[in-house]
Amino acid sequence: MKIQVLGSGCTNCKKLHELTVEIVKELKLDAKVDYITDVSKIVELGIMQSPILTVNGKPIMVGFISNKEKIKDLIVEALE
Amino acid sequence: MDIFYSIQLFSDWLTYDVFKLGQNSLLGSSLNFFIYDSVKILILLAVIIFLVSFLRSFLSQEKMRKLLTKKYPIIGNVLAALFGIITPFCSCSAVPLFIGFVESGVPLGVTFSYLISAPMVNEIALVMLFGLFGLPVALLYAASGVIIAIIVGFLMGKMNLEHLVEDYVWKIKAGSLTLEQKMSFKERVSQAYAYTSDLVKKVYLYVLLGVGVGAFIHGYVPSDILVKIAGKVNFFAVPIAVLIGAPLYSNAAGTIPIIQSLIEKGLPLGTALAFMMSITALSLPEMIILRKVLKPKLLGIYIAVLTIGIVFTGYLFNLVL
Repeated sequence: MKIQVLGSGCTNCKKLHELTVEIVKELKLDAKVDYITDVSKIVELGIMQSPILTVNGKPIMVGFISNKEKIKDLIVEALE
Repeated sequence: MDIFYSIQLFSDWLTYDVFKLGQNSLLGSSLNFFIYDSVKILILLAVIIFLVSFLRSFLSQEKMRKLLTKKYPIIGNVLAALFGIITPFCSCSAVPLFIGFVESGVPLGVTFSYLISAPMVNEIALVMLFGLFGLPVALLYAASGVIIAIIVGFLMGKMNLEHLVEDYVWKIKAGSLTLEQKMSFKERVSQAYAYTSDLVKKVYLYVLLGVGVGAFIHGYVPSDILVKIAGKVNFFAVPIAVLIGAPLYSNAAGTIPIIQSLIEKGLPLGTALAFMMSITALSLPEMIILRKVLKPKLLGIYIAVLTIGIVFTGYLFNLVL
C-alpha cells in the first residue's frame, strides 16, 4: 500500500502530511507515507490544487481540510 | 430596516445594562463598538463564506480551465479575473494551477489575470468591507481588483514573456484526470461547512484583535489627526500605504477594522483601498512560491505592474471621491 501527500511545500501541505502520518499510526496500517514536493507530479495527475492525498496512486482528497476524522474516513474508504 | 439592528440592541444591552457603562463614556462607546463590530463580522463571515463555498462546489477548476483555453482576446482575461473572485486562493495551489493553466494552453496573459485577481480580491477582505463600510465600497474594491487584473494580464500577454517562465514548466505533461465526482446535496453542504469552520477558526482571533484596536481608536484617538499626516494633501500617502501593506498578508482580517477607524479619523478612502489591496495581493509567501515557475525577471515584472496598478487605483479614488 502506498500513501502519498503531494504538495508545493506550503504550511497546509506539511499539516496534511503530519495528520496522515498520525492517522496511519492510529489505524495501524502497514503503509509508508511519502511526502512529495515535486509539483509536476500533481500536474501530471491532472490536478491544479495542492495539497493532495493519494492512496495507491489514486487521489482521494484534493485541497486541504483540517478535519482529521474526515481524512481518516477517506483513507479507510479508499482501502475497502 | 437595518438587518443588523438586533446586533446593535444586543451590544447596547451588554454594554449599558450588563456592564453598566455610561452611554457617553469613552469606555462605554468603545466597548459597544467592539461588541457590535466583532459579532457582526463573525456572523457575516460565517454566513457568506458558507454560501460562497457551497456555490463553488458546482464549479471546478478543470471546467474553468477548459473555458479559458478558448482564445478570444480580452474575453479570456475578463473571465479569468472574474473566476479569481470566487475561487479560493491559497499560495499552496498557485504553482500547480499556474503549470496546469499554461500547459493546457491557457495564454500566459490570461493566467496572470487570474493570478492577480485571485489573491487581490480576497473573500475575507470582501466580506469585511461589506460589513464595515457597506456594499458600495465592497463592490468598488472588487471592481478595481478585477479591472487591474484584466488590464495587467492583457498587457503582460502582449509582451510575449513566455521565455521568462522556468523552462521545466513547458516540459511537464499535464494529465487529464477529471475529478468529476457526483456530489450529493448533503456532501456539498458538509464540504462547505468544513471549509467555513476552518476559515473562521483561522481568522477569528485576528478579527477580534483588529476590531479591538479599531474600537480603541474609535473611542480614544482624536478626530482629524490623520488628515494632517495622511490626508489628500500628502502626495506620498498612497505609495507609503502600499509599502506598509505589503508585508501584512496574513492579517487582512485584523487590518480592515483598524482601517475603518482610521477612515473615520480622516484617512482618505483611496489611500485605504490601496493599503488593503497591497495587503492581499502583494504577499511574500505567494511571491516565493511563484518564483518556482517564473524567472526572476518575470516575477519582477509581475510585482512591478501589480504595485503600479494598486498605487494608481489609490490616486484615482482619492481624486474622484
